[in-house]
This record gives sequence, structure tokens and C-alpha cells, in this order.
Amino acid sequence: MLVLLGIAVVVVGFVLRFNPLLVVAGSALVTGLAAGLDPLSVLASFGKAFNDARYVSVVYIVLPVIGILERHGLQERARTAIAALKGATVGRLLIGYLILRQATAALGLTSIAGPAQTVRPLVAPMAEAAAEKQGAPPGEDRVPALAAATDNVGLFFGEDIFIAIGSILLMVGVLQGFGIEAEPLQLALWAIPTAVCAFAIHASRLCLLDRALAKARARQEGAGE
Amino acid sequence: MIGLGFVYAVGGAVFLAYAILSATDGGNPKRWGNAAFYALLAASFWLGDLLGDVGNGVLVLGLVVVAGFKLMGRGGRPTTSIEERREEAARRGNRIFLPALIIPAVALAGTLAFKRMPGLFDVRQVTLVGLTFGVLLALAACYAWVRPRAVTPLAEGTRLMDSVGWAAVLPQMLASLGAVFALAGVGGVVGGIASGIIPEGSRMGAVVVYALGMAGFTMIMGNAFAAFPVMFAGVGMPVLVGLWSGDPIKVAAIGMLAGFCGTLMTPMAANFNLVPAALLELKDQNAVIKAQVPTAIPLLLANILLLYFLAFA
Repeated sequence: MLVLLGIAVVVVGFVLRFNPLLVVAGSALVTGLAAGLDPLSVLASFGKAFNDARYVSVVYIVLPVIGILERHGLQERARTAIAALKGATVGRLLIGYLILRQATAALGLTSIAGPAQTVRPLVAPMAEAAAEKQGAPPGEDRVPALAAATDNVGLFFGEDIFIAIGSILLMVGVLQGFGIEAEPLQLALWAIPTAVCAFAIHASRLCLLDRALAKARARQEGAGE
Repeated sequence: MIGLGFVYAVGGAVFLAYAILSATDGGNPKRWGNAAFYALLAASFWLGDLLGDVGNGVLVLGLVVVAGFKLMGRGGRPTTSIEERREEAARRGNRIFLPALIIPAVALAGTLAFKRMPGLFDVRQVTLVGLTFGVLLALAACYAWVRPRAVTPLAEGTRLMDSVGWAAVLPQMLASLGAVFALAGVGGVVGGIASGIIPEGSRMGAVVVYALGMAGFTMIMGNAFAAFPVMFAGVGMPVLVGLWSGDPIKVAAIGMLAGFCGTLMTPMAANFNLVPAALLELKDQNAVIKAQVPTAIPLLLANILLLYFLAFA
């Protein structure tokens, strides 16, 4: 039971708004000590896992490309392109992106889009431009946050349909530990119902946003007359 | 063979550039903190495999000290104004999208092509290698087209990197915390508690505890990968499969996705939830989580129903 102190450290640390890196390091130390490990072997296992997980931080190499293009007007062009498009709404735009993200992730192409690669330079400014065209007030968190959320939903509930993704391989390994031989394809197949539900739920929220914006605008115009 | 070694060499070079540009940025009052943080990451990419486990642990402690004692700030290098950007966007037209599209296009083409060249490329890492090639080609295209000064793309990259800051390494930190939890046997204890609170004789109760446990433990660990082995061993296998004769494949697959619903709702999943908020320069760092909760909760309910109706057929 004592090893659960580490979980308590995580929860309390977050509630008290300590720096998360400090919280995680503290939790590792507390957990290790509570389990009777010596501090040096906690440090070693922490360091080894950190080194093995370096690949998750590789994505920051795209920032120089995005940065230089932004300097020369990438986001502004993305806004103009959407503003000129007839019938473009924030809901339709993000549903389109959701389909694209889910489909490419399902093919194993998880790194071709993401918050740094596509959301900041393209999707978020386009979504904002569309929303402003529909009468949404500019400068709010809501629309760009929804663009990032759409990216996550598409990624999470697309990638598990791809058989070589980490989570599928993890499941194959865990099942093997119980003496169950599972084909990655079988596991991927049973990710499809959830993927369909994820699309249906998120896409209907996006449609509702379009409708809410239209209503707000109608009310405003009504009040103006 | 071109694989992670190549990817990490490029990663180390880019982070070293961020470090040097931070150190020479007079407009950032905390420039030495930023420089130290990025230099440690460059060292991790380049030397991680030579440092040994304790050496890497010490490196992480360095990162924790810099971030934990708030020694990082935002860079102060000037960039173009919004008016200049609008003017240039109008002049360059839609061609400005092309260099940005090179990255996904090359990542896609690389993923497909490199797989057929197992002698030359590490087939397990084709997407990351493709992404890295895409970045290098896009950068070359930018140099050829907009003709910036040599250091400008890296300076602009540093500006964006500063907005991510310490959150960049939280996912790696959490993966490491997961390793320590595994060593300490936290999973067994959590799984035991979860199986202990299942109402007796209730299949729905068992499904709900399994799915909520998966989402809840994922929220604490920031990652469904840490929660899955725990909940599957603690509840999924003994109760859903053992007691109620569920299909282990469906219990595993849908359970993992219940965990993903937890990922949508926690600041611990920093790379998905905090990093985008930082990159988009949102006022509320939890804005992305707030945008996701209304999708995550119905989807978690959907997963509970899918488990209940599909896994025992």
C-alpha cells in the first residue's frame, strides 16, 4: 500500500500547481523509497527509461520550418484562404480535418500531422478565420483549442486501427504474458467500433458549434433591426 | 543503416542550435536557463546511449532543476509584425503552403518507400526517419525560396520552442515514472484495489470498474500505456475474462481505448494537452482539455457499452 504514496504525490502536486517536472521526479523518488529501493537504482531506472523515450521529443525539429514560414505570413495566408472559401464553416473545416487525421493515423501515419506540424501553422488559423466569418468573437481560446482537440481525437481513435502502432504491440505483449496468442489485426479490428463512435460524437459537437454560431448571429441581427 | 541514430543526430543538432541561440539572446532575462535546458536535451540526443543509466538520471535531474526552479523564460528576438506578414502573405499567395506540406508529404512517401529498403533503412523507424528527411528538405526549400539569413529559421524555431518550454520533456518524464512504478510494483496494488471494489455478481459493475479504472489511472500517469498492463492484469483478465468469460482480445482492445479517453482529460498528457495550448499561445493552459472533455465523457460511456455488449458475445 505504501507505494501508492507516489500517486498521492502526483495528485497533490498537480492540485497545488507545482512544476510538473518536479512533481514527477518527486513521485518517482517517493515511490522508489516506499518500495524499499535504493535511491541510486531509482535514478538509474528513471534515466534509462528517459533515454529510451527520446523519440517522443524528436517532433520539435519541425519548429524552424514552421517558424520561418510564419515569419513570412503562413498563418495570415491560411486565414485568407479560408475567408475566401464560400461555405467554409469552422465545423465543416474541422470535420474534414478529423476525417483526414483519423484516416492517416489508421494507416500508421501518425507523425505527419500534429500540434506543431499542422495545427499551429494551418488548422487553428483556418478555424479561427472561418469562425470569425460566422460571427464568432476573435481572440478567444475556444476555437483554436477545439482545433487542437480535433487533432488529438483523430489521432487517438485512428491510430489503434493500425496494426504496428505501439499500443497494439503492447497489448499483444501483455496478452502473451497470459498465454493468449493475439494477432495484431484482431486487436486493430476491435478498435473500429470506438473509432466510429469517436467520429460521431466529435463531429456532432462540431456541427452543434456551427449551429450555435448561426443562432448567435441571427439573434444579433434581429437585435440590430 | 539509417534509423533512430540519424534521427537523434538531427534532433541533437537542432536542440544545440536552440541552446546557442538562447544563450546569445540578450532580450531574454532568463537566457542561461533556456540555454542549459536545451543543451541538456542536445546532450541527451547525442550522448544518451553513452552516458549510462545513472548518467541519464543525472541529466534528467538537471532538467528538473532548471524547470522546477523557474529558470526558463521567453526569448526576446524580434520577428516580423502582423502587418508585414499580411503584406507578404498577399504577395506570396498559396505557394507559402508548399514548404509546410513538404514535411507530411515526405514523411508519407518515406514511410512507404523506406519499408522496401530494409538494407538501407531501419524498417521499425521509417516514419520518424521520413519526418526527419521531410524537415531537412522543407528547410532547404525555405532557404532557396525566401532566402533568410542562415540563422533566421533556427531563431524562429527557438521562439516557438520557448513557448513550449519545459512541457516538452514531460512525456519523457512520465514514461520514466512509469518505469519506476513498474519496478516498485504499483500496478499490482492498484489492480488489487480496483478488483476489490467490483460489486459481486454484476457484469456491468465489473465492466464499469475496468473502463473507469483504465481512464482514471491513465489520467494520473498521463498515458494509457502505463494503465493498460495494470488494469488488464488486475481486472480485465481475472474478472472480465476469467469470471465472466469475456473475449480477451475485445476486452484488451476496447479497454485500451477507454484509457485513451482518460488521456484527453488530463494535464499529465502534456504533449497532447499542454504543449498545443502553449504552441497556440492560449490564455488558459487547460483550454485544450476543456475542449476535449465533452467528447471524452460520452466516448467513455460508449466504450463501456461496447465492452458490455460486444466482449461477452
